[in-house]
Amino acid sequence: MDILISSIVAGLLIGMILALVSLGLTIIFGVMDIVNFAHGEFLMLGMYTTLFTAQATGIDPLLTLPLAALVGFALGVACYYGFIRFLLRGPMVAQLLGTFGLMLLLRNLALLLFGSEDRALHHGLLVGKSFELGMGVIIPATKLAAAGLSIVTFAAVWLLMNRTRIGKALTATSLNAQGARYMGIPTSRMNALAWGIGGGSVTLAGGLLVNFWSVNPFVGLLFTMIAFTIVALGGFGSVPGAFFAALVVGLITEIPGFWDFVTYTFDIGWMSDVPMTSFKYTWVYLAYFVIMVVRPRGLFGWKH
Amino acid sequence: MAIALLEIEDIWVRYAGMPVIQGLSLAVEGGETVCVVGANGAGKSTLLRAVMGKQPPYKGKVRFAGREIQRLSTEEIVHLGIVYVPEEKMLFGPLSVEENLRLGAYILKDPQRIEQNLDFVYSLFPRLQERRRQPASTLSGGEQQMVAIGRGLMSNPRILMLDEPSLGLAPILVDEVLDTVRKLKEEGMTILLVEQNVREALELADRGYVLQTGRIMAEGSGQELLASDMFRKAFLGM
Ligand SMILES: Nc1ncnc2c1ncn2[C@@H]1O[C@H](COP(=O)(O)OP(=O)(O)O)[C@@H](O)[C@H]1O
Ligand SMILES: [Mg+2]
Repeated sequence: MDILISSIVAGLLIGMILALVSLGLTIIFGVMDIVNFAHGEFLMLGMYTTLFTAQATGIDPLLTLPLAALVGFALGVACYYGFIRFLLRGPMVAQLLGTFGLMLLLRNLALLLFGSEDRALHHGLLVGKSFELGMGVIIPATKLAAAGLSIVTFAAVWLLMNRTRIGKALTATSLNAQGARYMGIPTSRMNALAWGIGGGSVTLAGGLLVNFWSVNPFVGLLFTMIAFTIVALGGFGSVPGAFFAALVVGLITEIPGFWDFVTYTFDIGWMSDVPMTSFKYTWVYLAYFVIMVVRPRGLFGWKH
Repeated sequence: MAIALLEIEDIWVRYAGMPVIQGLSLAVEGGETVCVVGANGAGKSTLLRAVMGKQPPYKGKVRFAGREIQRLSTEEIVHLGIVYVPEEKMLFGPLSVEENLRLGAYILKDPQRIEQNLDFVYSLFPRLQERRRQPASTLSGGEQQMVAIGRGLMSNPRILMLDEPSLGLAPILVDEVLDTVRKLKEEGMTILLVEQNVREALELADRGYVLQTGRIMAEGSGQELLASDMFRKAFLGM
């Protein structure tokens, strides 16, 4: 029983973090119909930012989060004005290949600057600590804090988009860019803002993740794929959709835990021979394919 | 003659090299309601898009209150007080009626003014007030047109350009929309109206232009145009 509860709790916690990981991808897609293949690389840079700042200054990694967010925001805005803006004039293929190139560039820059080795945080207020939830369920403190801060950030961005004048303008741009232009909304600046929020929220997520996940220049790919799955499931461009889809995907990554639960509860011999944990992310990718075939608009699609 | 509020002087517009507007001139004075009529594909929408900087003319001038605007961006043009209600309406479908209207006032900073304008739009279209919390996409075609016009009014435009506001509406709704235009005209609004309902539109307009393959073929007061032989043959089938 405790395996089941542990798996559900772990799945939901990681799901909340994944919600913040995928938020920027869905916002950027929503506002300008661009799929950002470099999304995971932004996350990687957020992880490095927090790691290096915490190590260099000795302050707690959690306190470096504003810096991680700022780096992502600035990088996002710079990418838009320096690069993406020009791609928008080209065909869809140019945009796909363009952000793909951005991914390769950022990844190889990281390789050049930081080397290929895995790096992990060993110090920090919460690193290595955990809570006991009762019934044998133990939650690492870093995951709990990361999940909590993810939700807070996600909610803050949602409020920004739905309750403020600039957020409404951003939403209008995503719904009908030409219509927004006819209202006098500066849509190019809105695109830049989308890249800023998109970049800043995912580097912040990286800063949270690095508390319990080691970083190397290739860590982005996994998260790009997971974020794609979430955004596809939640409906491309939908913010609330991304949140619920992330919880679903979080639970999917815990399939090995559910497998163990069934194996031991019902004592099914052959099930214990299957090396389920090796297939942890296979289920996520499988879910992606199933969604694309069965319901390409996602579960909560609202755009188009 | 007074300086026109909007003055279009010999503009040429093309899509991918194909000429659509060919040396068109037109003027709208402050407080006037001017109507442009013409067959499908004559270039009426393109004319309005050229004014808005969406499809800028490659030759010729557009002046607003004496200032050349043909090189300005859409955003700058809107800030000058030119508002365009496109024939496609371009509503923000999932947003509520009121959110759509408030986005129309994006360029205004004064919250009090925005509330006043909202009250004005609701007094003009009481049905929108009833449906203010409903997503715009769930409204009927006529109601959506009201949202589009209302949204255009929200920024206190100095000129309102309406592109076929009665397009696709049932006859009773066509009358309703044109009645609204008449009301706005009586309030002193400057209006540039593009319409397919030629007779009704020219009856309410101060002046009219007939557009054919990107050129002005005739102009005059509404009554003059309705009475002219050429016009009656081309549009009224008489
Ligand atoms: N985006 C576009 N690209 C290419 N051609 C266009 C475009 N929009 C309109 N046209 C062409 O320009 C001409 C005028 O169109 P339009 O201004 O929409 O006419 P109207 O509003 O009078 O019906 C038509 O021949 C139309 O096919
Ligand atoms: Mg038209």
